[in-house]
Amino acid sequence: MKIKNSIAGLLAILATGFAANVTADINVGVTLSATGPAASLGIPEKNTVALLPTTIAGQKINYIVLDDASDTTTAVKNTRKLIAEDKVDVIIGSTITPNSLAMIDVVAEAEVPMIAMAASSRIIAPMDAKRAWVYKTPQNDAQMAMAIVEHMAGNKVKTVAYIGFADAYGEGWWNEFSKAAEAQNIKIVGNERFNRSDTSVTGQVLKILSAKPDAVLVGGAGTPAALPQKALKEKGYKGVMYQTHGVANADFLRVCGKDCEGTFLPAGPVLVAVQLPDSNPVKKEALDYVNKYEAAQGKGSVSTFGAHAWDAGTLLANAIPQALKKAQPGTPEFRKALRDSLEDTKELTAAHGVFNMSPQDHLGFDQRSRVMVQIVDGNWLLVK
Amino acid sequence: MDLQIALLLGQDGITNGAIYALLALALVLVFAVTRVIFIPQGEFVAFGALTLAGLQAGRLPGTIWLLLALGTAIALVEGSRALRDRNFRRLPMILLVNCGVPLLLAGTLFALSPASLPLPVQVLLALMLVVPLGPMIYRLAYQPIAEASVLALLIVSVAVHVTLIGLGLLFFGAEGSRTLSFTDISFELGDILVQGQTLLVVVASLMLIVALYFFFERTIYGKALRATAMNRTGARLMGISGSLAGMLSFTLAAAIGALSGILISPITTIYYDSGFLIGLKGFVGAIIGGLASYPVAAAGAILVGLLESFSSFWASAFKEVIVFTSIIPVLVWRSLKTRHVEEE
Repeated sequence: MKIKNSIAGLLAILATGFAANVTADINVGVTLSATGPAASLGIPEKNTVALLPTTIAGQKINYIVLDDASDTTTAVKNTRKLIAEDKVDVIIGSTITPNSLAMIDVVAEAEVPMIAMAASSRIIAPMDAKRAWVYKTPQNDAQMAMAIVEHMAGNKVKTVAYIGFADAYGEGWWNEFSKAAEAQNIKIVGNERFNRSDTSVTGQVLKILSAKPDAVLVGGAGTPAALPQKALKEKGYKGVMYQTHGVANADFLRVCGKDCEGTFLPAGPVLVAVQLPDSNPVKKEALDYVNKYEAAQGKGSVSTFGAHAWDAGTLLANAIPQALKKAQPGTPEFRKALRDSLEDTKELTAAHGVFNMSPQDHLGFDQRSRVMVQIVDGNWLLVK
Repeated sequence: MDLQIALLLGQDGITNGAIYALLALALVLVFAVTRVIFIPQGEFVAFGALTLAGLQAGRLPGTIWLLLALGTAIALVEGSRALRDRNFRRLPMILLVNCGVPLLLAGTLFALSPASLPLPVQVLLALMLVVPLGPMIYRLAYQPIAEASVLALLIVSVAVHVTLIGLGLLFFGAEGSRTLSFTDISFELGDILVQGQTLLVVVASLMLIVALYFFFERTIYGKALRATAMNRTGARLMGISGSLAGMLSFTLAAAIGALSGILISPITTIYYDSGFLIGLKGFVGAIIGGLASYPVAAAGAILVGLLESFSSFWASAFKEVIVFTSIIPVLVWRSLKTRHVEEE
């Protein structure tokens, strides 16, 4: 009787185990901006998703990747489709802030955890019942702005002018930067805007020059950020130039050329992975990512943006084994468990820094997630 | 604001305005002859600039594939028509013009290494790659519906624009490029520094405008285009082919667009989608000219360039708002001044 019971029990366990193996692949939905204005960020992310682990803790992981064309409506549509049709357990995306903000309502309603790859702190703050489901991997603008202002203060910059994109990116940077600069008693003598598609910034540059600032910060992303810098150099500006981490890709160096020599910018450590001291905990992870990406896409192809997707994968690889102990994939319980275990992430080293999540902080990066970099001889050089 | 700043802003405004003026002329020309509001005009700017940048970087520009594909499509359309009419003698000519020439061009590009060629040859190659796209697009997209209403033609324009933008991303990637500058000379004029390249833009634009004037006034094809623009039916009765006029105006528009792109790409970074906004500002100039008057359109475009450069000094965040809002008083003034004529 006892034996019979235990055999039946064993069979039952085997049966559930078998059933689990058949149905319980973990589905990860990805929506990113592989086309449209943010394509230079979305494409490396898409390439990176192809490198993420396909099995975690013995479970097969399916990645379903959709393109949202940098468009908010499409991002929301993709999110609904991933949840309703593909029954995903977690969503990674989107590439840019407006898309990610619009997706929050959808994932919170369906109770699916989401890991955004966009920079703005508004995606995860202020924390509320909806944002409880939302995590993100890129550094907050505030952290990066702080790094710039500290560097300025250390280099005796007294007056600074700002020229940024006439959109959410430039405006967000202006808010963070002006706050941080005021705290360090750095005087802001100019605040100008330009468009990504502008062919000339002569007017703005002349106005900045007439204010004679010690330094100029360009709040732009990608190659368009080269335009004001080139115009300033052309008109003979001799002060210190700062850029934001939005320019950290090889195309920017190509377009800006010698006019960008000596420029300072804050960036994720992955940009200068090789140059990091061995004592830096991030070095190993960052190098690992760089090598994998360049093996797949060719030498010199790596950018910091793809590493945000890599870090989302690292977060999942760390959280999924915990969640699997509580529930089966494909169930609401599993998604809840996954959300909880993401929040429990402690001292997890990734390519961009070390994650220490808490119920209030769904990014969890500290100063280990940023370094100051200078452009020297057309390359990124770590500022010691 | 002192005199020096005003001069620099003026110089910048006139340089950009010259490019807008060229595009405005192309838009007026295409609209007058074919009634097409040619939204993809700006794409030729981007395609011209990026094709040249691709050649200089030693890459095979994606435009060659578009040229081959469009050529093949036209050969199929024309060929099937010739077969249906049992007009077999036309077939070799159709194949040669639409498939042979693009193939020859592709072969040349494969055989030579374009990066090592002198700059004028590169410019010529880029023009040969981009300009034929104009008449080809006309043949495929507009000629079959040449008699449709302005609205239907406008809708087709939007479709062509969206398609070309998508292809541009595919061909050239998301990041922008600059081309090598034609000249590095710069000289002092009074107390401002004038770059040779900006001067080149203004001079080349002026020369193009003069050349266009002579084309319309002195050549038989130019006169045929003017006749078609004035009265389509009348011109046809006089033996001027409507589709030839259409092809010709699109060729001119594509050439002007590609040349503008090549002229400004050493001064600014061009992206696969920058053409649209540049074209739109040319369009504002063309609207000031009521899509009919060449001199007023050119003057309007220069005005747009100046307005843009001065408003970027005073209120950079509102620059585009100021430029595009300026179209409203113009429209009000035009609608008060001219009597509205019901179309068709």
